[in-house]
Amino acid sequence: MDKLLISIAGLLSIGGIYWFFFGKREESGQSQTTWSITVDGGYIPASITIPNNRRSSVTFTRKDANSCLEEVIIADFKIKTFLPLNTPVTVTLSPTKPGTYDMHCGMNMFHGKVVVV
Amino acid sequence: MKTSFPVIGMHCASCARLIERQLKKTPGVTDASVNYGSETASVEFDPAACNLDSITKSVETAGYKAAVTTDPKQTPEDIKEAAKKAELVDLKTKVIASGVLSALILLGSFPEWFAGVFAAISDFYALLSNPVSLLILSTPVQFWAGKSFYQATWSGLRNRAASMDTLIAVGTTAAYGFSLLTTVFGRQLSTIGFPMVMYYDTAAVIITLILLGRFFEAKAKAHTSDAIKKLLHLQAKTARVVRNGKETDIPIDQVVVGDIIRVRPGEKIPVDGKITDGTSSIDESMVTGESIPVDKKQGDLVIGSTINKTGTFLFVAMKIGSDTLLSQIVKMVSEAQSTRAPIQRLADVVSGYFVPVVLMLAVATFVVWYDFGFPVQGFVNMIAVLIIACPCALGLATPTAIMVGTGKGAEHGILIKDASSLETAHKINTIVFDKTGTLTSGKPVVTDIIPFGKHRKNDVLGIAASLEQGSEHSLGEAIGAYAKEHAITRSKVTKFRAIAGHGITGSIHKTSYYFGNRALMKTQDISVGSAEHAMSSLEKEGKTVMLLSSQKTILGLIAVADTLKTSAKSMVAILTRLGITVWMITGDNERTAHAVAKSAGITNVLAGVLPQQKAEKITELKRNKRSVVAFAGDGINDAPALAGADVGIAMGTGTDVAIESAGITLLNKDLNSVVSAIKLSKQTLAIIKQNLFWAFAYNVILIPVSSGILYPFTGWLLNPAIAAFAMAASSISVVGNSLRLKQANI
Repeated sequence: MDKLLISIAGLLSIGGIYWFFFGKREESGQSQTTWSITVDGGYIPASITIPNNRRSSVTFTRKDANSCLEEVIIADFKIKTFLPLNTPVTVTLSPTKPGTYDMHCGMNMFHGKVVVV
Repeated sequence: MKTSFPVIGMHCASCARLIERQLKKTPGVTDASVNYGSETASVEFDPAACNLDSITKSVETAGYKAAVTTDPKQTPEDIKEAAKKAELVDLKTKVIASGVLSALILLGSFPEWFAGVFAAISDFYALLSNPVSLLILSTPVQFWAGKSFYQATWSGLRNRAASMDTLIAVGTTAAYGFSLLTTVFGRQLSTIGFPMVMYYDTAAVIITLILLGRFFEAKAKAHTSDAIKKLLHLQAKTARVVRNGKETDIPIDQVVVGDIIRVRPGEKIPVDGKITDGTSSIDESMVTGESIPVDKKQGDLVIGSTINKTGTFLFVAMKIGSDTLLSQIVKMVSEAQSTRAPIQRLADVVSGYFVPVVLMLAVATFVVWYDFGFPVQGFVNMIAVLIIACPCALGLATPTAIMVGTGKGAEHGILIKDASSLETAHKINTIVFDKTGTLTSGKPVVTDIIPFGKHRKNDVLGIAASLEQGSEHSLGEAIGAYAKEHAITRSKVTKFRAIAGHGITGSIHKTSYYFGNRALMKTQDISVGSAEHAMSSLEKEGKTVMLLSSQKTILGLIAVADTLKTSAKSMVAILTRLGITVWMITGDNERTAHAVAKSAGITNVLAGVLPQQKAEKITELKRNKRSVVAFAGDGINDAPALAGADVGIAMGTGTDVAIESAGITLLNKDLNSVVSAIKLSKQTLAIIKQNLFWAFAYNVILIPVSSGILYPFTGWLLNPAIAAFAMAASSISVVGNSLRLKQANI
């Protein structure tokens, strides 16, 4: 009996973990040229939309002491910037091709998206 | 005076207005505006009436913090370094403290091993091995030393994201929590058949080992950016400028374009410019990787941050601040380090799913063991699975190698623009060299002097060099330089005249001379006859031949050619040995082209190619041979070909446009750097592949082993403490392996 219970609880936990981490939806919002991203346990917002062929600026403010998040990398735009705690750091993006570009932390654990339209 | 600084602690736009009002009320402040979006305040103030201190205080009165840097010259690199240093100090304290506590916990957790050892102080040992003592000793390790794991887990969970820390936090909390329950409710739990085991030692040892691993990893990782730090430290701090006839030392950031700067022996040249007075020999090795000092004279360009060896000279500043070559190099290297190598793609995809999948596997491990009747072992194995999983090694595998590799390149004057160029370079099997300026020095020099009749070589050279004094033609310069080298005195020339397309004429000591091509001799009715044979054989070698005559007869001839760089031949030989097909491309005619190619050992020649056709030829080679084609060139007209090739290699002595279009730039003139770049690419790729293999194999093999998959066959299980050790070691070994590139022989 207890084995059955444990098995069911286990399966439910596995399903729960799947839903919790993979079931989230990201909203990209309206396209705009200035964005502020709060770095706190990830990127908030995790997805930003910027217009193509225009210069956009993104200001990161890290409020999370986790050293994993101390660097933000947007490889397609050659950006790798150290984010001192509680100090806003602005980077500029000049996209020339529409698409979705990955933005992640130095250890590639936390992810965000830059959508160019 | 105006200043702006970050403000910390704002939660909403009304905070910004509050700070703004407070600042405006401060005596001496004339204007203030606070931007909530960028969390910065800009303040205009009268320095006589208030200072930065009072502004900071004013922000604090409003309940916020102004991050006014006392040192305005603090660069982001400095801030980063300071933060890293503080992190290392913090980690060190935690490692030592939790190390001591963990040792005590370990001693107390195994009375069956250690009770005998402590027989003399058995009372103390009884106290140490008491579950309550163990709980007291473990608690600071769990929640003080391990605080960062909880913080990171919590902030991640709020965004439905998980990281390495999540695994550690869940794993150690399970061990600690289970032991806590046993300690507090032991009696009640044992009555319902709950196993009386404790894992304080496991939780404490895991935390200590992971922190120790992070400490070493942070130390090792700091070395991956050594090359950039080294470059930044090259920068001179002051410059001795000559303004209004007076020499003064000023900070380098106050130098403006057009300033005349004096540099004395042993000093660093502060910025980029051109020598206006004086000569010297300059050590440029720190920028170009070329070890031999370069002689420079008036009119030559000097590079900021290189070292003046012998003479004193004046130069005019042409590029300052972020425009200097050194700044460009630093920018290029750090940008390259932030790009993604294509080989990394799989690791990127995997790490996106890694942590949640491991969490699911851990649950599955416990359930399976429980169902087979081993609940305690299932619990231990679950912790082992959580702890051994190492996504960090996957994340570090490629970027650390790229960082060390690009840095290593920069030290040798090889600038790599992006990670994908570095990755592709090892696959090059066809390389096309532009002739002029790339294979050759791009400057014509005198190669042969043949006198006729009773004249000697020096007579011919002396007359020609005298005639050429007034000429600005590059061939004239070559002859002038050659004469100077051989200490030939030049005579005064009268009636000098340049005959366009033909040559020059002039009188020396009342004798008229002509110096030019066949056509010039023809117009003067001078028979070339005797010189024709020598002339055509020199022309077959790709040289330009000029005839010197008096009014009646030919006196001699001088051949001039754009010579191969000394390193060209050996480079071609090495490339051929590496199995790379070498081509030469040029606008020259077939005859000249083949002559140059032959002396370089190149058999494949594309001659008579118009500048705009170069890129087409590259595309053709790419299509026809299905090969990976590199193009090496230096001119503006090479830019399309550089951009079109799989790997563009620009000569740093070339134009900015060429450098901009190329994936790799060689800062020195030594062609062997092409070989070095390919070698560097091969070695970096080898390291990346080892790292990726290690990181993947480690997780693929050890996660199942720690879940106990081998137990039914071999009886093997993995202790969670050993899992922690393996996990810490795997990240360090990946970083350590990348650092091996520093010692690479390229």
